[in-house]
Amino acid sequence: MEPFVRTTGVAAAIIRNNIDTDQISPGLYAANTPKEKHAAALFGNMRYLQGGKPNPDFILNKTPWTEAEILVTGENFGCGSSREAAAKALRAFGFRAVIAPSFGGILFNNCFRNGILPVVLPKDVVQRLAQDAEHAAGGARITVDLEALTVTDTDGNSYNFTSPVQQRSMLLQGLDEIDFTLSMRGEIEAFRNADKALRPWIYTPGLNVG
Amino acid sequence: MGMTFFEKVWDEHIVHRFTETEALLSIDRLILHDMSGSEALYQLDKSGRTPFSPEMVFTTIDHFIATFPGRGPNDERTVSTIGTGSAKGAGVERMNILRTLSLKFGVNFFDIGSPNQGITHVMATEAGIALPGVMLVCGDSHTSTIGGIGAVAWGIGASEAQHVAATQTLLQTKPKMMRIKLEGRPGPNVSAKDMVLHLIRQIGAQAGVGYAVEFAGSAVRDMPVEQRLTLCNMAIEFSAKMAFVPADEKTFEYLKGREFAPKHKAWNAAVAHWRTLHSDDDAVFDTEITCDVSGLEPQVTWGLSPAHTLGLHEQVPDPAAETDPQRRAAMERALTYMQLEPGEILAGQKIDVAYIGTCTNSRLSDLREAAKILRGRKVAEGVQAVCVTGSSSVKAAAEAEGLDKIFKAAGFEWDESGCFGCTGLPSARGARTVSSANRNFENRGGLQTRTHLASPATVAASAVAGCIADVGDYLGQGA
Ligand code: SF4
Repeated sequence: MEPFVRTTGVAAAIIRNNIDTDQISPGLYAANTPKEKHAAALFGNMRYLQGGKPNPDFILNKTPWTEAEILVTGENFGCGSSREAAAKALRAFGFRAVIAPSFGGILFNNCFRNGILPVVLPKDVVQRLAQDAEHAAGGARITVDLEALTVTDTDGNSYNFTSPVQQRSMLLQGLDEIDFTLSMRGEIEAFRNADKALRPWIYTPGLNVG
Repeated sequence: MGMTFFEKVWDEHIVHRFTETEALLSIDRLILHDMSGSEALYQLDKSGRTPFSPEMVFTTIDHFIATFPGRGPNDERTVSTIGTGSAKGAGVERMNILRTLSLKFGVNFFDIGSPNQGITHVMATEAGIALPGVMLVCGDSHTSTIGGIGAVAWGIGASEAQHVAATQTLLQTKPKMMRIKLEGRPGPNVSAKDMVLHLIRQIGAQAGVGYAVEFAGSAVRDMPVEQRLTLCNMAIEFSAKMAFVPADEKTFEYLKGREFAPKHKAWNAAVAHWRTLHSDDDAVFDTEITCDVSGLEPQVTWGLSPAHTLGLHEQVPDPAAETDPQRRAAMERALTYMQLEPGEILAGQKIDVAYIGTCTNSRLSDLREAAKILRGRKVAEGVQAVCVTGSSSVKAAAEAEGLDKIFKAAGFEWDESGCFGCTGLPSARGARTVSSANRNFENRGGLQTRTHLASPATVAASAVAGCIADVGDYLGQGA
């Protein structure tokens, strides 16, 4: 996976609860979709007007937020369908971190695997960061640091967050998760052998004994 | 201290413990479909890897396949939702990637024409692929459905699916545990769908964030297994990570003899093991909720969230009375989109489309419930009525009972199995639709489609009436 240690950048605030993955990336079914298409799909229904022209009122169509790297958003971000295109669209647009009071579980995990850090912070902190994000035109920048587990706003206020230990370490190092797991092959095989004795029907679907 | 069902299953699957809550888990069943599954297998193949345990992987085609009667293996569904990249032909490509790689990798593959072809969450229990106490994952959010037979089943993304295919394991953080008790005897003609819509109205569409949910209580004990599947299906709509009903005698009876369930001595050994998988009396949950369903009437959604639910005869709420500004804004948006006014009653609203299908409500028992109403009746003038069967085996079983004849005689289109219609019938653009599906998000059911979620029985009654209708008007109110 693509490593993430820390980033300082423009933050865009879209404070709405329950932005589901249908909204983050509508449509897109082709296999091996190129990055540009993922980027173009992001928030498609809000970002474009009928006929496909960019909606001038949508935050990501306005400078400097066209360059945003951090998204500050509402509760339960990325709920709904499991589509990984949602995480891919966020990353392809340029986002490296998403800050929200809570996330849909599948998107939370999909973020890590696509080089995006999902950060959970309390609602009031998210509100304050959203206010900071509005001043990006005046030079406001937010820093998200996975190594230090902190988010720092333009005024230097710093907020701690937690991150799953193993996923954090893989993201920091940019490890290939499958290679990492397969390095534990011996342990996996040992588990399966012991489990096979206890639950043989798992390993032979339709097991017919007797 | 006692353990919950979930803790027992979690512990049983730990290959390696990283921290108190993070572990590498052994995964018993991986199910993949043509949308995200094709992506997972494609990436796996591209990286030069092969499945770790192909006999534990099951694949089928459900998302992109057309469902019109007599469809062929490469007939793509028509797409009705907006999107920037869903070019024609993309679905055929996805189906063929899944097909080619499933054969190449030697996994269990159910192509168009196989009796097990169908919506993954329907066929998984029908075929006995899902079993109590298994950890099962699928690249689809509604995988929680399968928890209804006492499996620990949840939806994952395509790269997690690729990881499971390559290693038959998954790194996970243990979710918090919630128990929801549904207590009491609901009113007549009320199904699990009505109860869960009522529940979501009570607890909100976000109540489940970060939780594994165990359903319990007298109403759940009384429910037939297929209703429990509907209940767990809808757990995603209150944002739970997964949901389940630990297996009981009804579950064993339901699964016995199914194709991939264990047989003979292996069955007996499995049942003995499954009997140990329940929450102990002194088990502790992070959150407990009790929801009274006594006397509940049939429920229908009025807005753009499953929490926007009402009894058929209740009045549409007035946003002016809502104090929370976010919620008020959501209500106003919903009323505008749905073209409803505060104070209106849902029963009697004229409809354009009636749709029975999806992983929520397309099983044999759902079709039977609908057929009870449709028998000897006709769909109202001007209403388009469609039934998309959940799996090819459901369709065959329904036809063996003659249900297809009842649906067709009533004026319903009787379709092959798949997901078609869940994300919109192309003809439903702008229509008011009563649907047995699970999501009433904006544009989910087709562009500008005003979707009212309901039970399959309510959909059937509404199709006949031409407006949102009470099943009781057709079946009588006797319990
Ligand atoms: S029926 Fe709908 S919700 Fe269910 S798996 Fe298919 S597309 Fe998803």
